Amino acid sequence: MIRKLFYFSSPQNFYPLAGKLWPMFACLATALTIWGLWLGMFVAPTDVQQGEGYRIIYVHVPVSWMSMVIYLAMAFWALLGLTFNTRLSGMLTSALAPTGAIFAFLSLWTGALWGKPMWGTWWVWDARLTSELILFFLYLGFIALTSAIDDARRADKAGAILALVGALNVPVIYFSVKWWNTLHQGASVSLTKGSSMQQTMLEAMLIMAVAFWMYAIAMTLYRVRSIILVRERHSQWVADLPEVKAQSLEART
Amino acid sequence: MSAFAAVLKRDLVLALRRKNEVITSVFFFVVVAALFPLGIGPEMNTLRLVGPGILWVGALLASMLSLGRMFAADHADGTLEQMALSPNSLSVLVAAKILAHWLLSGLPLVLLAPVIGLQFDLSANALWILTLSLLLGTPVLSLIGAIGAALTLGVRGGDVLLTLLVLPLYVPALVFGAGAVQAEISGLGASAHLSILSAMVLVAAVFSPWASAVALRVAVES
Repeated sequence: MIRKLFYFSSPQNFYPLAGKLWPMFACLATALTIWGLWLGMFVAPTDVQQGEGYRIIYVHVPVSWMSMVIYLAMAFWALLGLTFNTRLSGMLTSALAPTGAIFAFLSLWTGALWGKPMWGTWWVWDARLTSELILFFLYLGFIALTSAIDDARRADKAGAILALVGALNVPVIYFSVKWWNTLHQGASVSLTKGSSMQQTMLEAMLIMAVAFWMYAIAMTLYRVRSIILVRERHSQWVADLPEVKAQSLEART
Repeated sequence: MSAFAAVLKRDLVLALRRKNEVITSVFFFVVVAALFPLGIGPEMNTLRLVGPGILWVGALLASMLSLGRMFAADHADGTLEQMALSPNSLSVLVAAKILAHWLLSGLPLVLLAPVIGLQFDLSANALWILTLSLLLGTPVLSLIGAIGAALTLGVRGGDVLLTLLVLPLYVPALVFGAGAVQAEISGLGASAHLSILSAMVLVAAVFSPWASAVALRVAVES
């Protein structure tokens, strides 16, 4: 098992594995999204207080969860990359970042869309909103740093250090913003709802969460394949790939 | 320890030979603090309310102005490589550089803050807490900033990138620094905020020189 893991930590061996895996995860993501959305949009009952507008929860909550999970995953690969000095870890870290940034942005966006009809405002300086915004900035900082450094190995290592420093900071930021918010008595709107969520609602939300999880894995694998191709473009095994051969033949004719 | 003192002394001497760099960031702080009342209006009640926040944000930006220079000159002339090769731990040398940065860009702001606070009509008590919170908080800025400065060393568009990396990480220091003064004004007492700021300094002082040294090695090796 361990040997297998090490076998796949080489980009050359991981490339075909990722190629086999990502369509499976993409199919799972599509199927689960359709199921979850159907359950959420048509089966789940209308909320007593919020009417139909609450249904954005089926996108908003899973997206927010994923934005945090992906940052943790980035920190995990960053730590692995720094300790074992594996090339694939850095590639996975940078493949995860855009998906995480998109989720963080969507979380803010759907939150604003939900906030307007429910609280009458697009934005409140609530602890969760503010820390989600800062998480979004952290993602952007990571992407900006890794894309500004030309040397891929240095970009990976610098990005890994930043991801780890950020991961240590995220809880501190969350609690500081939370305390700041309660002291200022700024937003009187509380996002915390009772745990008495209806069974179907909870089910639909969890299915959507799994669906987005599958989507994130599929996108990351797809993106990491491109990153592997770009970084290893001078190696023989990439030139020998059937899809690359076909491309270069086409370019020649 | 002697290496620590030597690097500290060297950085201070170098900076004091080019005083304008130190003076610019202090002047920047003064100007930013003077611009806010012009934008908000001279209403003293409002200014008293926003004063601590403005002074803190000003200090944050001013200390960031000089971050890019923390390692740049040493990187350009190869001193940094010699430091990385030296038998002394790079973290210790980096810690000395961070302390020098704070002495040159943080400490002047701490000393100046009470004077500028007077422009915002802060009470004597609030001024005292403001100074104390800056005294505890500005080292955090230098410590966290050092990691960002090391990461962006020699990178295209490094200065703008540095702000993007470092500003989100400054949020806790800002929240508790400005919050301490607000808490004092509203009568809650600032001791909790100041304790947390002290905790932040200690944690950052343990991890930051080490993380910066790792980042510097990455920058030097490539």
